[in-house]
Amino acid sequence: MVDPNIKNVIEIEGLDTWYGTKQILSNISLHVERKEVMVIMGHSGSGKSTLLRHMIGLNTPESGSIKLLGQEITNLNRKKLYELRKHIGVAFQNGALFSSMTLQENVELPLHEHTKLDHNTIRIMSRLKLELMNLSDNEDLMPAELSGGMLKRAGLARAVIMDPEILFFDEPSAGLDPVTSAELDELILELRDALNMTIIVVTHELESAFKIADRITVIDNGQQIITGDKETIKKSTDPRIVNMLERRAMNDNIDADEYLNKLTRN
Amino acid sequence: MSINKPQALSSIESVLIRFGIAGIFLFETTRTMVLPPYSFNPLIKQIAFIGARSLLVIVVAGLFVGMVIALQFYDTLLRFGSVSLLGSAVGLSLIRELGPVLTALMVIGRSGSAMCAEIGIMRVDNQIDALECMAIDPYRYLFAPRILAGVICVPILTAIFILVGIFGGYFVGVILFGVSPGSYFQGMSETVLIRDLFMGFSKSLVFGLLIVWIACDKGFNLHLDKHGAYGSEGVSRITTEAVVLSSIGVLFSDYLLSALIL
Repeated sequence: MVDPNIKNVIEIEGLDTWYGTKQILSNISLHVERKEVMVIMGHSGSGKSTLLRHMIGLNTPESGSIKLLGQEITNLNRKKLYELRKHIGVAFQNGALFSSMTLQENVELPLHEHTKLDHNTIRIMSRLKLELMNLSDNEDLMPAELSGGMLKRAGLARAVIMDPEILFFDEPSAGLDPVTSAELDELILELRDALNMTIIVVTHELESAFKIADRITVIDNGQQIITGDKETIKKSTDPRIVNMLERRAMNDNIDADEYLNKLTRN
Repeated sequence: MSINKPQALSSIESVLIRFGIAGIFLFETTRTMVLPPYSFNPLIKQIAFIGARSLLVIVVAGLFVGMVIALQFYDTLLRFGSVSLLGSAVGLSLIRELGPVLTALMVIGRSGSAMCAEIGIMRVDNQIDALECMAIDPYRYLFAPRILAGVICVPILTAIFILVGIFGGYFVGVILFGVSPGSYFQGMSETVLIRDLFMGFSKSLVFGLLIVWIACDKGFNLHLDKHGAYGSEGVSRITTEAVVLSSIGVLFSDYLLSALIL
C-alpha cells in the first residue's frame, strides 16, 4: 500500500481550514522529504498544531490536498487511514499517556494491538525503547507519577515503538527547562540517525528549531510565511521573520489610536 | 482559490446534527462489536466495573426499596382487607417498574457518570487522538466493551435488585407484620406472568444500552460541546448532562416500553 521509494512523504497543496467561521489556516502548501527533519514554527495560536493535526488526518480541511506517504488522506475512509497510520508515530505535547496503564503498558499497547508477537518479545521491545529514552527504571510507574520531561519521553517511546517511517512531535520543548529541552533535541536527532525516520516537529522554540531542523516552515496567523533551510530563514528580510529571529513581538509598531479603539470598543 | 466560508448553524440544525452524531456513534460501535477481531479482556474489565463493583449498591438499594414498598402496600392493603395480595403487589411493582428503573438510576450514578468523565478526560488529554494515531479504533477499543458490558450487566443487576427487593418485602410483610409466607409467595407466583418478566427484562436491556451510549457519546464528543469549554469545566458539564439526559431517557423509554408491552 505504501510506496517505500516515495520521495516526498508529505505533500500539502492549498490547505484551508476553519473553526466555525474563523479561518485557521490559509492556502498552506509544503512538502516533507524522506528522512529530513522539518520544523514547523510559529507563535502560540498561529495554527501550527492544527496543521500537524491535518497532516495526521485528525482534522479534515475545508479545501486543499494532503498526501501522506503518497496517499490522499482528506477523503480516505477510516479503515485505510488506520492502515496508513501504522506507518507513523505521533508524540503529543502532554504525552497523552493512558492514565490507567503503567508506562510499560502504554508503550506496549500498539504492539499488542497490531502484532501477534508473544508477550516476552513485546516486553523486550518496549524495554529497548524505554532504554533509548532513558526511562528504563520507571517502567512500572503510572503516568501521574512522571515529570513533564518524562511524560514527553514516554510519549515518544510509545510513538516509535512500531518503528514508524514518520514521527510527528508536537511541542517537544514546551514547559520544559532548557537542559531537559536540549536533551530532547538530542534524542530527536538520535532517532533520525538510528531509526532513519522522517521527523516533523512543531515548536515555537527558536534554539531548538535551528538545532534539529533540516528545513523550517514558519506560520503566522494561519499564513505560511516561508519554507526553507536554516540559511534561507536566517537571510529572510520578511519583517515577521526578522522579528521572530530577534525575538521581538510581531506587533511592535502598533498604531496607538488603533490600539486605544480596540481596547475601548463595545 | 475560491472557497466557501462555513456558515454558522441554527440551533435546530445543531440539535439535529448532534442527534445524527450520536446515531453514528452507536452504529460505529455496534459495527465494531459484530466484526472481528474480538477481544474479551476489555469486556471482562468493563463487566467488573459496571457489574461487580455496583453489586453492593444494588443489593442495599434493592433491600430498602423492597422493604419500603412492602410497608406502603401493607398499610394500603390493610384498609381494603387484602393483605394476602402483598406478595403480588411487591413482586409486580418490582419486576415491572421499580426494579429496572431504580437499578438503571443506580447504574447511572455509579458507573455512567464515571464512564462519561473518564472518556471526557481522555478526549481533553488527547488520549483518544493518541489512540487514533496508533491506528487503534476507539469505537472497538473503548466503546464496544463498555456498551456490551452495559447490556449484559444491567439486566443481571436488575434481577438481583428484584430478588433482594422481594426478600426485603418478605422481611417487612412476613417477619415484621405477620403475613403468611405461603400467601406472600403464592400470590406472587400466581399474578406474575411471563409477560411481566419479559417487560422487566426488555426494559433493563434498553436501559443498559441507553446509559452507556449516552455516557460514552457525551465524553467522546466533548469537543463538539456548544459551550466550547474544553477543560475540566467541560468535563464536569458533560458529566452532569449525561446523568440528566440518561435519567430522563430511562424514564421516557420506561413509559414507551410499558405502553408498547401492556
